[in-house]
Amino acid sequence: MTGEFKLRGRVAARLGDNIDTDVIYPGRFLNITDREKTAEHLFELAYPEIRSRIRPGDFLVAGKNFGCGSSREQATAAIKYAGVGAVIAASFARIFFRNSINLGLPAVVSPEAAAALQEGDEVEVDLTGGVITRLATGEKFTAAPLDPRAAELLAAGGLVPFLKRKYGG
Amino acid sequence: MGMTLAEKILARASGRETVRPDEIVVAAVDLAMSHENADLVRKSFLEIGAPRVWDPERIVIILDHRVPAESERTAATHKAIREFVQAQGIRHFYDVGRGGICHQVLAENGHVLPGMVVVGTDSHTTTHGALGAFATGIGATEMAGVWTEGRLWFKVPSTLRILVRGEFAPWVCAKDLILHIIGRLGADGADYRAVEFDGPTIRAMTVASRMVLANLSMEMGAKVAFTPVDETLLEYLESRTGRTIPDSPDFSPDPDARYEKVLEIDVARDVPEPQVACPHSVDNVRPLSEVRGTPVHQAVVGSCTNGRLEDLAAAAEVVRGQRVHPRTRLLVIPASQRILLEAIRLGYIQTLIEAGAMINPPGCGPCVGVHQGILAAGETCISSTNRNFVGRMGSKDSFVYLASPAVVAASAIAGEIAHPEDVLGEEVA
Ligand code: SF4
Repeated sequence: MTGEFKLRGRVAARLGDNIDTDVIYPGRFLNITDREKTAEHLFELAYPEIRSRIRPGDFLVAGKNFGCGSSREQATAAIKYAGVGAVIAASFARIFFRNSINLGLPAVVSPEAAAALQEGDEVEVDLTGGVITRLATGEKFTAAPLDPRAAELLAAGGLVPFLKRKYGG
Repeated sequence: MGMTLAEKILARASGRETVRPDEIVVAAVDLAMSHENADLVRKSFLEIGAPRVWDPERIVIILDHRVPAESERTAATHKAIREFVQAQGIRHFYDVGRGGICHQVLAENGHVLPGMVVVGTDSHTTTHGALGAFATGIGATEMAGVWTEGRLWFKVPSTLRILVRGEFAPWVCAKDLILHIIGRLGADGADYRAVEFDGPTIRAMTVASRMVLANLSMEMGAKVAFTPVDETLLEYLESRTGRTIPDSPDFSPDPDARYEKVLEIDVARDVPEPQVACPHSVDNVRPLSEVRGTPVHQAVVGSCTNGRLEDLAAAAEVVRGQRVHPRTRLLVIPASQRILLEAIRLGYIQTLIEAGAMINPPGCGPCVGVHQGILAAGETCISSTNRNFVGRMGSKDSFVYLASPAVVAASAIAGEIAHPEDVLGEEVA
């Protein structure tokens, strides 16, 4: 991928450590395999109020080990199709991180930003450079820069469109 | 310089001499497992547009999460999977009544061998590290990529080595050991890492008990978790595959392998009594004595963690000749059809039913919170499963404690969290 990859948005919600995939997307809705429909059940049991707060392009901010637990891809899909532009966390559980990249949802690792950002903050995320800026104050936080493989997948819109170019008829 | 087992397997699978932690490699996949979420994989696969899966012999699909279908929607999912299996000629498909929980079915049918790279669209795919495989969970879209290309990128994990010695006290077992470790290291304590368990205590364990360790290692974030490839395992594999699997240096870490950290545990000293993971996280672990007496409404013996024959045996031993407490219901879900059959033959099922247990069909049962034992608001459950997140087994206002099958069974009899000795009396060794 060439050039810069920057996103702008507002922090819609701030979550704690170890937010698991059952909290993000309860098991009882796993038989919904239509990705767009998963958004209707985002945080359904624990934080249903967040759903209505999300405007397109907003960010979620979380503590460490975000997305731990099950491999359910619906957890990532629900966040993405609810309109979230990126998740910024101190760290991600590994399957969730891979699912995010594969579905084209930027997952940004930044313990500094995760600790500092507040709900309502307007933020710019430079994925290539690994910098997160709080726009109101100009404060900058370092983030792990995207590795080239992940950048390629995100630029393509995820693994399916990426492979489609190669294998699609 | 030596390599850990994770490094060795990834080096072999990616055609490299050596690999080091943090390197990215593209590894050939030996086995790709999915359950009901094969339907999601199927959708992504069809979107990609490749005409055929890379290798219909290496894909295994097992229906387990919602069996038999509990709703029309699930029935449609099952049907779509059956049709896809048929159309693509996928050889290994375990339909309702033919298998059980995916991880148990893979192991007991000899699908997994040491040194393999196994991926599954289920986080507890780490279980197969007990068979010496580099086995890890991936998402459905990523699996569609595997079905297309037969390979996947991995970041080579660094390895945490856990050496275990000492003899377990009565009624303390593999479940208590791993809960203790998760409590110590935390829910992200092994994030992105490989774990190698070894030491005399591990080598003395059955394969079933080793699977408990590898299975629950996922709950501290492990990418893969191994127990040793030794005589015990090779005998188990022989009984499952009908052929001799010769040992190989490829199945063990090098003596001079480099570890990120080595943890030593003496079970007699460090895990003197059963352990319980308290609501609502698996790393919220307390010794049994601290939570003894907590009333329970439901007790569950089952799952890919603890639904095997030795688990049913332990539960049967504890409840034999007694009755489940009036306040409590005891659900027992054998992990597979085979296990159910064996448990019938050995009389465990009769003992359990006579005590008042309800036997559910082999599968995930209430573990994933969709059917067969959902909790109401305000209810408390003690379970031999592997997760106790908010709402995991039903209402967001219910509470799940995780423990060994023996402690679960004892709690069912007592109607409150109990030590097996509390209900068995003193005469039992
Ligand atoms: S038994 Fe529970 S943890 Fe195991 S595969 Fe089924 S749902 Fe997952």
